[in-house]
Amino acid sequence: MYKYNDIDRKIVNERVEQFRDQTRRFLAGTLGEDEFRALRLMNGLYIQRFAPMLRVAVPYGLLSSTQLRKLAYIARTYDRNYGHFTTRQNIQYNWPKLEQVPDILAHLASVEMHAIQTSGNCIRNVTSDHLAGVTPDEIEDPRPYCEIIRQWSTFHPEFIYLPRKFKIAVSGAEQNDRAAIKIHDIGVYIVKNAGGETGFKILAGGGLGRTPYLAPVVREFIEKKHLLSYLEAILRVYNQYGRRDNIYKSRIKILVTAVGIEKFRQMVEQEWEYIRDEGRLTLDEKKLEYFRKFFIPHTYDESAATDASYPQQLKADKDFAVWAKYNTLNHKVPGYRCVFVCLKAPGIPPGDATSEQMDAVADLADRYSFGQIRVTHEQNLILADVKQADVHALYQALEKLNLATANIGTLNDMICCPGLDFCALANASSISIAKQINAKFNDLDYLYDLGEIKLKMSGCINACGHHHVGHIGILGVDKKGEEVYQIQLGGSAAEDASIAKIIGPAIDKSEVANTLEKILNVYTAQREDGERFIDTYRRIGIEPFKHAVYGAEVKAAANA
Amino acid sequence: MSKRIIKDRGIIEDHWQRIADDAALPAAGDIFVSHKRWQLDRAALLARKARLGVIIGNGVAAEEIKDDLQHFSLVAIEFPQFKDGRGYSYARLLRERYRFPHEIRAIGNVLRDQLLPMWRCGINAFELDAGRDLEDALSAFNDFSVRYQPAADGEETPFSWAS
Repeated sequence: MYKYNDIDRKIVNERVEQFRDQTRRFLAGTLGEDEFRALRLMNGLYIQRFAPMLRVAVPYGLLSSTQLRKLAYIARTYDRNYGHFTTRQNIQYNWPKLEQVPDILAHLASVEMHAIQTSGNCIRNVTSDHLAGVTPDEIEDPRPYCEIIRQWSTFHPEFIYLPRKFKIAVSGAEQNDRAAIKIHDIGVYIVKNAGGETGFKILAGGGLGRTPYLAPVVREFIEKKHLLSYLEAILRVYNQYGRRDNIYKSRIKILVTAVGIEKFRQMVEQEWEYIRDEGRLTLDEKKLEYFRKFFIPHTYDESAATDASYPQQLKADKDFAVWAKYNTLNHKVPGYRCVFVCLKAPGIPPGDATSEQMDAVADLADRYSFGQIRVTHEQNLILADVKQADVHALYQALEKLNLATANIGTLNDMICCPGLDFCALANASSISIAKQINAKFNDLDYLYDLGEIKLKMSGCINACGHHHVGHIGILGVDKKGEEVYQIQLGGSAAEDASIAKIIGPAIDKSEVANTLEKILNVYTAQREDGERFIDTYRRIGIEPFKHAVYGAEVKAAANA
Repeated sequence: MSKRIIKDRGIIEDHWQRIADDAALPAAGDIFVSHKRWQLDRAALLARKARLGVIIGNGVAAEEIKDDLQHFSLVAIEFPQFKDGRGYSYARLLRERYRFPHEIRAIGNVLRDQLLPMWRCGINAFELDAGRDLEDALSAFNDFSVRYQPAADGEETPFSWAS
């Protein structure tokens, strides 16, 4: 993984001192509330319902065991012994004290981490495919380009006060998009052109929130060397012409939609013409190689595939076999597997991990997976490089830690924001709904029968829980002081991306799981061989589901 | 009627006068005016002997003055709120694309914690909000000693360092 050089170290250390001074001036009263707000947000520090919330960047979701142990230490020392992994591959702490945040940042800096630009109207932490570098279906490992974008965007002087927040994601596997590229302000796919040359496809103007859009393509192919100049051109157009009069119309998606993709492309290309050949942002082969060498594949054991124990254990231990089916994936190297560390155990807020769990996972990563851990945007962790001979021992260790619930990809592997329990923006609780769903659908065999279902839930319109792109999306809304829930169907954040449709009026809090059951009954009754929920929905449309949810209620009301 | 501002990382007495749109042009002295005034009073402004400046930002893009830059010894970029970042792009365009060699000044809601990024975009003079401690603000230029990306300040970056 990327290792800091003197410049990187200097920047994070100087950032700690800068923020320490800003906090001091705020507490001394010489820095106003509004001014400090913008500054602390740019460092991931929100003032929440009960305490500040600190969001720490995990660049493209990659952590070393040393870093994960430090995150555990911070949770234990400065918070209530847990952290929350987010849909942007970051981690959030819900209970730090404002005056201690500079010390937390110093701890982070000591392990090459920071909270820079994890909030605010600036370029946020770049995200990527959680299987980058180990998946057989990618054209190239996207992480070197993510690191290049991380550095270019960190304290970029021109783009610190954009009209609104700005999220960039990179994937090397367009056909199996695990990085939700199309819902980003800028999405980048690594692609090959007709001549066989590898470069990038650039999308812009995706986003969720109040008005969800999938990003259209700005440029089908751009040479690698021009990546940064092209991104800079898009950002410069957006910074000058994005709306600033209305917070709900300030994202780049609104600009792209307002002027149209043709005109937007023309604006970008015109700007790019000026800077493309300046050379200052050109990524020549030497620079690319400098960043690529941090991500060269591990030294894998060539004899790993000759192991005979794994197939035997799968036969002998039925629970293990079920877990392995759902919670592990093929690795590009024969004899290795990618193992999910499940943060979706029943009754636990999705994405939460305790200090003890983090420490233990760090130890397991050292023992079994080259000392590295990945955070997924679906709020689980991954040990990506485990020898198949070690998988059973790892499974047993994860079981003891309550990190081996065999539900990855199922209904219970839901994405969920912190909601009203923690977040100052939320209108409704989401964690309690997750618990209600867990309790209702506690039969794993039923979940397995349902197959892959992406359930995504947000406690407000800001859509941190990505409800617009869930196969089933749940949005909590406030209706005259009551928490009610809107159900949406048919979304996807993957290569077949689509925006979900609302099925009808919001339902009562107590009825969410029961309503899901009605929807799932339609699916199980109507599905054809091998069809996933989303496939059936796309084939039969929204009406049968609407009828199942509201038709019966209308009758019941008439009879009452 | 001079006041103290920050220029080129030091504190100076400023002698430029900002002339309101409805005020008479003074007989002498360096002045700067709104873009609207420049458009309306161009001939009278050019007839004066002293130096001239213009205000952009807050609805006036850098592009709108690019063909007039030879007349100006100062371009002031107005930041209606410190969170309105359009001026950062305008400054880079003035310095790097249009090669404006004279003073670029930030006016409006200008605060200590924005000075370094403004400087990096090519702004070299700063009228801070009233009542701000200028000496303290000068230290903001030293918040960071290294940079990750090329901008108008032309200093070394890791991208060039890495090659």
